[in-house]
Amino acid sequence: MTEALERAVVPPVSDADPFAHEVLVEPEPLHQALREAGPVVYLSRYDVHALARYEQVHAALVDWQHFESGSGVGLANFRHEEPWRTPSLLLEADPPRHDAPRRVLREVLAPPALRRLRETWHTVAEELVDQVLAGGTEFDGFAALAEAFPLRAFPDAVGLGPDGREHLLPYGNMAFNAFGPRNDLVAADAHRVAELSVWVNAQCEREALSEDGFGRQIWDAADRGDLTHEQAPLVVRSLLTAGVDTTVHGLAACLYAFATHPEEWRRLRERPELARAAFEEAVRWQSPVQTFFRTATTDVAIAGTVIPADTKILMFLGAANRDPARWHDPDRFDLTRDPSGHVGFGMGLHQCIGQHVARLEAEALLTALARRVERMELTGTPHRHPNNTLRSWASLPLRVQPAA
Amino acid sequence: MVGTSLVADAGSGAGAERPTPTKAATLTVSAKEDIAEGVVSLTLTHPGGARLPDWTPGSHIDVVLPGGAVRQYSLCGDRWDAYAYRVAVLREPAGRGGSAHVHDRLRPGDRVGVGGPRNHFPLVPSEKYLFIAGGIGITPLLPMMHQAELLGADWQLLYGGRTRSSMAFREELTAAYGERVHVVPQDELGLLDLAAWLGTPRPDTKVYCCGPAPLLAAVEAACVSWPPYALRVERFSAGAQTAPVRNTPFEVELRRTGHTVTVTPDISVLEAVRRAGADVLSSCEQGTCGTCLTTVLEGQPDHRDSVLADHERAANDCMFLCVSRSCGDRLVLDI
Ligand code: FES
Repeated sequence: MTEALERAVVPPVSDADPFAHEVLVEPEPLHQALREAGPVVYLSRYDVHALARYEQVHAALVDWQHFESGSGVGLANFRHEEPWRTPSLLLEADPPRHDAPRRVLREVLAPPALRRLRETWHTVAEELVDQVLAGGTEFDGFAALAEAFPLRAFPDAVGLGPDGREHLLPYGNMAFNAFGPRNDLVAADAHRVAELSVWVNAQCEREALSEDGFGRQIWDAADRGDLTHEQAPLVVRSLLTAGVDTTVHGLAACLYAFATHPEEWRRLRERPELARAAFEEAVRWQSPVQTFFRTATTDVAIAGTVIPADTKILMFLGAANRDPARWHDPDRFDLTRDPSGHVGFGMGLHQCIGQHVARLEAEALLTALARRVERMELTGTPHRHPNNTLRSWASLPLRVQPAA
Repeated sequence: MVGTSLVADAGSGAGAERPTPTKAATLTVSAKEDIAEGVVSLTLTHPGGARLPDWTPGSHIDVVLPGGAVRQYSLCGDRWDAYAYRVAVLREPAGRGGSAHVHDRLRPGDRVGVGGPRNHFPLVPSEKYLFIAGGIGITPLLPMMHQAELLGADWQLLYGGRTRSSMAFREELTAAYGERVHVVPQDELGLLDLAAWLGTPRPDTKVYCCGPAPLLAAVEAACVSWPPYALRVERFSAGAQTAPVRNTPFEVELRRTGHTVTVTPDISVLEAVRRAGADVLSSCEQGTCGTCLTTVLEGQPDHRDSVLADHERAANDCMFLCVSRSCGDRLVLDI
């Protein structure tokens, strides 16, 4: 340690606030500055080390041995601070505790298991698109499509009851804010924490879930002993926390991308099988999950900088996904590029377990739109909704020209 | 169970040096050690010093021996060491030559093809565990005991073998865990007293067993009145993993574009179809995330991923292009 410290590189220091509203709404300038400053930057305001280059973010994501999640993947360090809710068994757990919940959820959400949903979701998407177009050619793409589609498709697949679904997005928004500092965004939700948590927790119980959804399959796994009955509701909660807002904002990113890149929309219309690649490129380009933290398990050296044990590391997934050292012309939304390897879903042991669900939702919606919509364009300024973790949207005013 | 031959040596060229299936899955034997009578341990590392794919206790890897024979060995090392896999191999005089090859011919510095890791024997959460090992069946249980310790579970090990000197890891286990470990060499103490250990079902306990088939059968019989799912055994059934690994080129037809590409042993199917201009997404490129899942229209994939369940493999209707290959001369993909 002493030797390592003596030779250690002192990282550049920044007093920027990555959680300030203007940064959350438009993060690229800060991302660029951090990438250019060095492989590791010390953020004095929060006393954390930050990684914004692809190489270091990728390396930290896969190295669960040195960068743990169990102390929280937000700014709060669970070794010293009380979490606001029971920590997630997936996101906020390390091996060995992470193993069984991950395995069960992976089986429930594995691509072959999702095949039975494919047709249903394509139908739901077509109905939704027809309905929206029947209502006119100008609408808020965020509310009418990006929010509406997952809210129709996903809660049914989980097996939620019909009541109270309007709590899902506010709950996710609150949970993702809670990974950041206790700023005004967190304070704004303070009065709702109890109410939303009670509702979400109630949905995770066996009795609340229909016979045939993901939720019940998780409880079935507990009956087989693959999980404990105490773990089952928390695993269902992971689905509800991580499965809605991320997809909604990922879909909004797709719509925004196509409304501002008409030539790419033409390409998708010609080759609808590019729908999945388009979603992937949108996730790279707009990274719905912008940041996550890890905690150093020992003194760990990154590019010569020693990050002390038990301190937090902030990984900028969104910045890594636009690192010019990894991507050619990274700020371009480009359907001809191969976005494989982006870290928008994370990487390694904690890589997003619901990614196949999100891809399937995107494929269904984009395919339905590509069939019915000739062109789409913005009719006004889209509005972002600041969130401490998500690159999220409030509105996306669109005009579409239906296909003949 | 570990070290049992599962797959016949492929083809007639047994013993001949042939290229291993994919570059990415070729590891170096970095150490070989005698650890008990008739048992050697191998340490495998990436030739370029890279991290190896993560694994969980109970996982095994497929090791492709020269000549194309495939053997499965449980990982028995430390998952916190991301740079080395450790396996232990029992010499099986009645086997088909795989274990003899490992014992007699394989040397530090040699390269072997490796598939997986995959886990059909995962450790489920429990307050109490009873681990029962027969001989080399101790290997998958080693990381489980370590894990049980970390989780603060109450556990015991019942470890049977022919003779004390043939029982790998016996001393380390006794030294590390003391009274939790019950060593029963057959020549001194006879067979494991399963009736005494399993006679009364304990609903709070999970039983994990790995060892030769007669031991598994005896433990299963002794556990009939236990709650369902209490007993977990490692079963390398012949049906699960019979895919012969070919070390010769095969053709892949991309049905939608009409192109046909040849996949040579040194590249992955993913690489080959990309070279042919197909847009296939990937992420981990290690067979663990599922991103590159592709529908198979014709042909039989040789599954090398860590994601699909056995029945999904058997369906032959999809595969992971980053690691999986072909059993036959030709695959037709829906791309
Ligand atoms: S890219 Fe992850 S399984 Fe193939």
